[in-house]
Order: sequence, then structure tokens, then C-alpha cells
Amino acid sequence: MINYRKMIFELSNSERIGYSLPKSKFNEYKIKDLNSTLLRETELLLPEVSELDVLRHFTNISIKNFGVENGFYPLGSCTMKYNPKINEEMANNSAFKSLHPLQPIGTVQGALEVYYNLQKYLSEISGLAEFSLNPYAGAHGELVGLMIIKAYHEGRGDFKRKKIIIPDSAHGTNPASTVVCGMDVIEIKSNKEGRVDLETLKSVLSDEVAGMMLTNPNTLGIFENDICEITKLVHEAGGLMYYDGANLNALLGKVRPGDMGFDVMHINLHKTFSTPHGGGGPGSGPVGVTEELVKYLPNPRIKKFDDQFYIENSGDAIGRISSFYGNYLVSLRAYAYILTLGKENLSKVGPFSTLNANYVSKALKTTYDLPIDGYCMHEVVFNGLINKDNDVKTLDIAKRLLDFGMHAPTIYFPLLFPQAIMIEPTETESKETIDEFINIMHKIAIEAKENPGKLKAAPTKTPIRRTDEVFAAKMMIFSYKDYLDYVNKRG
Amino acid sequence: MFKYFPHTKADVDSMLKTLNIKSIDELYKDIPETVVFNKDYDIPSFMSETELRSHFADLSKKNQELTLFSGLGIYDHYQPAVINAITSRQEFMTSYTPYQPEISQGTLQYIFEYQSMIQTLTGMDVSNASMYDGATSTAEACFMACAVTKRNKILISETLNPNIVNVIKTYLKFKDLTWDFIAEKNGETDFADLENKLDDSIAGVVVQKTNIYGIIEDYQGYSETIKANKSLFIINSDISTLGVLKSPKEDGADIASGECQSLGMPPAFGGPTLGYLATDKAYVRKMPGRICGYTHDLEGRRAFVLTLQAREQHIRRSKANSNICSNQSLMALFVTVYLSLMGKNGLVKVNELSYQGSHYLYDRLLETGKFKDRFNKPFLKEFTLETSIAPETIQTALLQKGIFGGVSLDVFGEKYSGLINFTVTEKRTKKEIDQLVEILEALS
Repeated sequence: MINYRKMIFELSNSERIGYSLPKSKFNEYKIKDLNSTLLRETELLLPEVSELDVLRHFTNISIKNFGVENGFYPLGSCTMKYNPKINEEMANNSAFKSLHPLQPIGTVQGALEVYYNLQKYLSEISGLAEFSLNPYAGAHGELVGLMIIKAYHEGRGDFKRKKIIIPDSAHGTNPASTVVCGMDVIEIKSNKEGRVDLETLKSVLSDEVAGMMLTNPNTLGIFENDICEITKLVHEAGGLMYYDGANLNALLGKVRPGDMGFDVMHINLHKTFSTPHGGGGPGSGPVGVTEELVKYLPNPRIKKFDDQFYIENSGDAIGRISSFYGNYLVSLRAYAYILTLGKENLSKVGPFSTLNANYVSKALKTTYDLPIDGYCMHEVVFNGLINKDNDVKTLDIAKRLLDFGMHAPTIYFPLLFPQAIMIEPTETESKETIDEFINIMHKIAIEAKENPGKLKAAPTKTPIRRTDEVFAAKMMIFSYKDYLDYVNKRG
Repeated sequence: MFKYFPHTKADVDSMLKTLNIKSIDELYKDIPETVVFNKDYDIPSFMSETELRSHFADLSKKNQELTLFSGLGIYDHYQPAVINAITSRQEFMTSYTPYQPEISQGTLQYIFEYQSMIQTLTGMDVSNASMYDGATSTAEACFMACAVTKRNKILISETLNPNIVNVIKTYLKFKDLTWDFIAEKNGETDFADLENKLDDSIAGVVVQKTNIYGIIEDYQGYSETIKANKSLFIINSDISTLGVLKSPKEDGADIASGECQSLGMPPAFGGPTLGYLATDKAYVRKMPGRICGYTHDLEGRRAFVLTLQAREQHIRRSKANSNICSNQSLMALFVTVYLSLMGKNGLVKVNELSYQGSHYLYDRLLETGKFKDRFNKPFLKEFTLETSIAPETIQTALLQKGIFGGVSLDVFGEKYSGLINFTVTEKRTKKEIDQLVEILEALS
């Protein structure tokens, strides 16, 4: 049913229902008894369908999606590793799922233990003092981390530090989070190796600098080998170092952000710790800090005394940043993942992912333009094909890959190279899968030379082909109601 | 070997040979030796699947599954079995953000359907693809109001849930924006105080319906007054209640925001849930988050894509409306499946059953003579009563029978002492309600 094209609203028939609810028990009460000025007047545009209609509809649209279990998913910076089934089984346990967040602490000790232990494990893996699991996503973690940096300076009575240094290779969330946190961005240019240029860094340091955000390895998949010098310089200038944990996967078992001199960081549990991406969330972005900054972590915090866990809200904290304890069941999945791997296997995650990426790098650099040669970490960035004769763009290569049953890499990021292709083959991918990917990429390079039209027309084997994005932006049809209006107008 | 790593020794050897190196460590030569981590992590040794299950079984015993009469943002509504069957499909659960529309139509289509459902419930023109939770979506609504009006102060009603207020305050404080409170009068937002406090610094006004006490506030006159001041009107609601209550659009809202947990999600100790955010088309370019639009592919087939991305951080970087990157996509699927099943009648019926149960409980509690209503205002599924019985006494007595809620509002501060929230959803039976009353009646 790959050709299934209906919207759920189009299946509607006013005689059908898809629910079963208990009978009314107290018929003497009626919503209509409320003053009519409080009640809804306009009719709801919701479908009326049977249970099987709903299942078939969503099953048929689901098969137009590509998941990690469909095939290779080399999206750079996204760490699309296998999402273990046992984690799902644990997260579906009603002893956790049914807990109300305001329940007395005596009735949620198991839930608090998971939270407490996970933040402990993350602290150990990161070399930092303590974590809050409340931030909902990586970008949310960045915002919270920057709030902590701002609160730290203001707590010292220093109100002029409002600038955050960010390399030009950084994720877009870094500058956006900085501005949302009421601070200004100083963007610094990378050197020709794609790394932070120490002289440039020195030239922007001042007593107005609150800190620096850095991804390491950076978005080119390259380790900042001057990292100790960088953190030293920023610290000497009175700033704090923020570690963007997007690329933490490369470092598991090899080096800890805290040991490199970072003061604040976030971790993307949906990347490094295998929780499902869910088509764009729910993620989770725990924030960790050094001892000195612990008091600024957001409320509420989970603490332990003797063998009892309890909840604390502190006046020193930056405040509250979530309704309750963040995406709790996402944290629980990450906890199950860490226990499953244990210290023995966690330390192999970085090395295996790094081995995979270097293997891809070496194999593809004969046909694809590798702008920065040398070893990479867990991901590698190419700048399109070496042979640029036929005007084949990175977009065309990405679309053609879909025809071969693989997900495309991340494209046009980082912004340093105009035709960037960013490939991240995680540790859960086998040599056979990677070899197959390499073969396909070589095949595509040959096609680009011999039959570029084929790439320009790709994909042709997917549920739909390339889309009209101009139409979407111009017509602004954002709901079924808009769609009906559009159809009526068109006649 | 380990079950998630497919690397055999032969694979590793062959890959190392291709790379002309002897060990993987050589790939890490860029890491300064002084910071290389040469120890074992101080975390437990690996667990087999059976050991992990038994570890979680032990942890489960330290939690208590209770009969919930609690609300205040998280509700114990019915979750049809179909929801889990669909949301656990790997095509939905394990996929990334739909940046490649050709192989992401499943995600894009349900986001479009989700937006459609939020559109009709709120009555607003356009919903985004979802936010983290109801509190952060309301904080982002405040940012939007400041961006649209180019003003920097928000008025927040005292009758908002304090958890939401605290999140708004954190967001505003760090962005160097300010706020003031609109006083509470007999359990509702004091309209006269709002009129007094409106001036040309006010970007937006935030109210909540139903409010912290469960009261259905009446916003007649609000929209005209707020519009006359060129400020934006932001209404936070638990989305489920909009099946029967006046919609934000009908109340004259410029931005509707709030929590969607009540549409098919378990309480889950507070998360993951999702927040909704909807507004007029005039403000869509100031709206944070992803938006999905309708279009066609080059063969003219129906298609859905992420659109208006020039608002977002990955394009605009420091000039973006918000730093939000993801949405709570899979939770939006929970909402879409739930509302597909419930349809327009089911959602009304859920509200009717909750209304009936809560009003029955309310009457029975007043009859005990141990509770009284300070406000006497209309409510839907949750209400607040005053009592002289100590909160701990109530909690302990109920917990002994496996019940949680009434929830003492004093968790939110002294201002609320002596007030107890009761919430009744369609899941609560007459027997459970009668038992609750019986226990409370015996207390003093």
C-alpha cells in the first residue's frame, strides 16, 4: 500500500467510532449545565473512524518512513545507532509509566533511583560533578547550560560578561541558544585544518567573554588537538568552557570532557545513549557541571540521603526549566542502555565508531573530495565529488542514495564547505553494511560522470519523488482546514 | 563480542590493514596524552538481558502504582491500546527528523494531521509541529509576543499553575525581559487589575483556563482590552478540555499554548509529553519550531514537507526566533492517533464523563462538612476545596488504600495552604470515588 495517499480526515464517516468508554454513572450532571458563555460553539473538525481504519491508516503511512531497522542511516552528527528493544520493554513497565509526577517521594523511590543513578553514570562518563536530567533536548540543554554560565558570572557580581565565543563550524543551535539566553555571539573562523585558530581565539578574549561553546570532535569530525590550550586560554580570561555533547559518541572510552577542562556540557541521550529519535523527538539533553557550578543546576533536583532519594528545590538554581523531571522515560531508556553495555562495552563505543568512520574516509577519498585529510573521529565530511564537471550537487548524490535503500548522510552542513556531505557510521554498523555503502557511493560517482541525468532525477524508487517546496511556502497549507479552503478556492 | 557490536576480530584486522595502522588507538593520536582516559569507568559491569529485567523488577517494587485523583498538569486519562501498537512501530520510533521528505512521508503526514487537530481544537489558524511541554510552549509564546510587539514585558495571571509560571520566569529572566503579575480575585484573574497594569510596555498577557484551582475563567472583554493596548493575548489550556470549552480563538486569543499529555499519554512521571503552540497566520513567521506544509511531488502526487524553515536555527543561527531544534514528534503521533480514535464525539464524551465524576465527588465531599469551596466557580474535571484536615493526614490515609490525590496545593507555596486539588477523569469508577469520600469522611 505504498500508494496509499489519504488523510485520516478523508476516511471519516459520522456513524463510526474508534473508542470504547464506560457508561455514564452520574447522569444528573451535564456539561450543558455550565453557563453557555463558557462552552465551545464551533464544531470540531476531527475524523470519525473505526479502530481498524486507524490502524490501517497509520500502518500505511508508516511504511513510507525509513527507520534504523530499515537500513543504513549514516546521518552525520545525529548518531543513528540501533535503538535496543529491551529499553522499550523497560520503558513500557507500568510501575514507571503510571506514576504521577506529584506523587509523594515514598511512592516513587524506584523512579528517583533511576534518575539519580543515571546522572551519576553520566557524571562518571563525562568527568563532571553532577547532572540534571530535566532538559528536554540538546538545544534545551544548551540553553540551560548557558543560563548556568550567565548565573555563575552574575553570582560573582560580574555583569559585563555577555559574550559567547562560537567557532563557525558549530551547530546552528549554539548561536541561537546564546541569543535566547540574552547573550551575544562572537563567531570565530576555523583555521585551514578546520580547527580553532589559537591566535584568532586570543584576539577575541576579553573581560566581556562569558565563555566558549565547543563541539569536540568538531562538526568536521576532527579532534581539537589544542583543546588543553583552548580551555586554558578561556579560563585565564575568566570565561567558562561549554561542551556541546552532540559528538560525544566518538569519545566514549577515550577521553572525558571534564578532563579536557570543560565546565558545563549537555549530552544528547538520543544520540550517544541509544534512545529513539522518534522522527524528531522526544530527545533528552541532560546538563552536567563542575562542582563549583552544581548549585546553579535547574530545579527540581533529585538527591540521596542514606538510602532514600528525595527532591530538592534550591534558591541558587537558575530556576525551573521544565514542568517536572524532563523526558523521564527517555532517561530510563538510557539507563537501561548503560547497564546493558556496562563499563566493558561502553568504552568500545568510541573506538568502533571511529574505526568505521576512518574506514569510510579512506575508501571514499579516491572519488569524493576530502577537504581536510588525516584521521577523523566518529564522522567524516566530504565536499562533494572530486570530479565536479557535470554539475552534480551533493543534493543529487543524497537523493540517489535513497534509491539504493540507504538513508542520505547529513548534507550542506557544516557550512564551511559548499557541498558538504557528513557521514557517521556508528558502532552498531557492520563491515558488510559499510562496504555496501562504499560500493554504492562509488557507483554513484561513476553515474555522475556517465549519466548525470539519473542523479538529477533521483530518487525514483521512493514513495514520492522530489517535492515542490516553493508551493508549500507560498500556499501555506498547514492544516486540513487550510486544505479544504484551498480545494474550495481552486474549485 | 557484544550483541550491539557486529565487529569480529577479522573485520577489525582487515579494517586496520586498510588504514595501514596496527591498532584503533592510533586514530586517537590527536588527543593530548595528559587527558586520555586510561581507566575503567566507575560504573557497573554489563548486565545480561535477564539480569536487567530482574534489576528493573526490583526497582519497580520501590514504586507504587496508585489510583489517581490528581491533576495539576498531568492527567490519568484512558489510553487506547491502538496508540502503543502504532507509536512503537520502528518506522515512526527510530527515524530521524524528516529532512528527506521522499522517505519521511509517514512522519510528515502525521505531523500535518496533528497540526490540523490542534488547529481545530484551538480554533487558531496555524499550529506548529509541537514543543517540549506546556510550560516551555507558553514561555516561547511570551518570546513570540515580545518579538511581534517589540515590547519587553509580560503580564502573568496569579491564577496560573506555579510550575508554568516558574518556567516562564526563568526564560524571561535570562533573555532580559520582565514580567508582572495580574492579581487574583476570588480564584480568578482580576480583570480590573489587568486593565490597570496594561501600558505600552506590555507585549503579552498570559492566563490559564482551567486555572490552578480548576476554575473555568470567563474572558469576556479581555481580548478587546488587550488588543486596544496592542498587546497579545496568550491562553494556556489543557488541550483535552478544548473539546467542550470555549476555544482560545473564541476567547479572542492571539496565541494558544499548553499541554497535550491528556490526549493519549500516560502520566510517565511527568514526561515525555508535549506542548502545543498555535497562532494567527499573521504571526507565523515569528513562531518557533517546525511547521509542516502540504505540497506535491514532481509527478503531482500529494506530499508533505517541512516549510518556512528560514525561521529556524539551522538556517538563521543567531537570528532565529528560537533555539528549538527538535519537536516532540513521536508524542505528536500519540495525540494524532488518540484523536483519530476519539473523533469529535469521543473527546466530548471523555469530558462529559470526567465532568460528571468530578461534580459527583465535589457534592459528596461538601456533604461531609469537612470540605468547603472558597470560590464557588464553575469547573470541569478538577476542583479545589478548603479543609482544616492536615495535608499529611489526608495523604497518609489515602495512600494506605492505594490512592493519590487530593493533592495539597501547599507544594506550590504557603499561599495555597489548606487547599486541596481533586481531579476525576473518565477512568475513575463510582466505587473508587465512594471509597475516596468514605476515607476522607472518617478523618479529622
